[in-house]
Amino acid sequence: MSVFKVFDVAGSGMSAQMLRLNTVASNLANAETVAGSEQAVYKARHPVFESVLNEVGQQDEMATVKVSGIIEQQTAAIPHYRPSHPLANAEGYVYSPDIDAVTEMANMISASRSYQNNVEVLSTVKELMLRTLQLGQG
Amino acid sequence: MAINFDKAFGIHDKALLLFERRTQLLSENIANADTPGYKARDIDFDKVLQNAQGGAQGQSLKLQATHKGHIDSSLQAFADEVQYRKVEQSAADGNTVDVQKEKAAFAENSMRYQTTMQILSRRISGLKNAFRGE
Repeated sequence: MSVFKVFDVAGSGMSAQMLRLNTVASNLANAETVAGSEQAVYKARHPVFESVLNEVGQQDEMATVKVSGIIEQQTAAIPHYRPSHPLANAEGYVYSPDIDAVTEMANMISASRSYQNNVEVLSTVKELMLRTLQLGQG
Repeated sequence: MAINFDKAFGIHDKALLLFERRTQLLSENIANADTPGYKARDIDFDKVLQNAQGGAQGQSLKLQATHKGHIDSSLQAFADEVQYRKVEQSAADGNTVDVQKEKAAFAENSMRYQTTMQILSRRISGLKNAFRGE
């Protein structure tokens, strides 16, 4: 039954979007974390989505979503002159990550909408399947 | 007059297979809405219907069984009709999914599915009445 595969497809989409939401939460939570050196500073994380064509038969396949990896944003940390900060280096600087809260929020909304779309697909398909099971009983 | 299930159900039981396959394709499109490089796919309903009505390519609705042991599988059906969607506005990452369109198509497809279910259900209750002779 190919209709059962819809659960796999939508489920994979949901888990990918959930991971994206997780990275957004992580980025937003760490937006204000400072570190004593440029290397030690938190780097924004972004998931990379990839579609996987699962070949079941010769002609049939299903395209699920896979997170092929999480990349760290390679932008320079922002230095702040705070000599009194306990983490400040010898020159009196602390570094904060270059995270744009607005971009992250937009990313979050996009991820949650995509998640909702997948949930909607799941509930519709579930309803259709239940109706199919009741065929001829009415 | 013998009761013939093939005649009673007509094209509708096969139409369910098509809608089922299309449900899967559209759900793939929606799930991959944010995947770079993903190309949206769909089945042209009208084309399949035309093929089925024309009868020239009757196998499009059903795999040709050349052996008694062959089971008609919805998994392999419509493989020829699955096509990539034409792009109207491409994304920078090569993704061709238009979520709004896909959602509309999904809603339309599930309505068609339910309509066909309704028709089949009525036909079955018609047959039941015929059996009972009430």
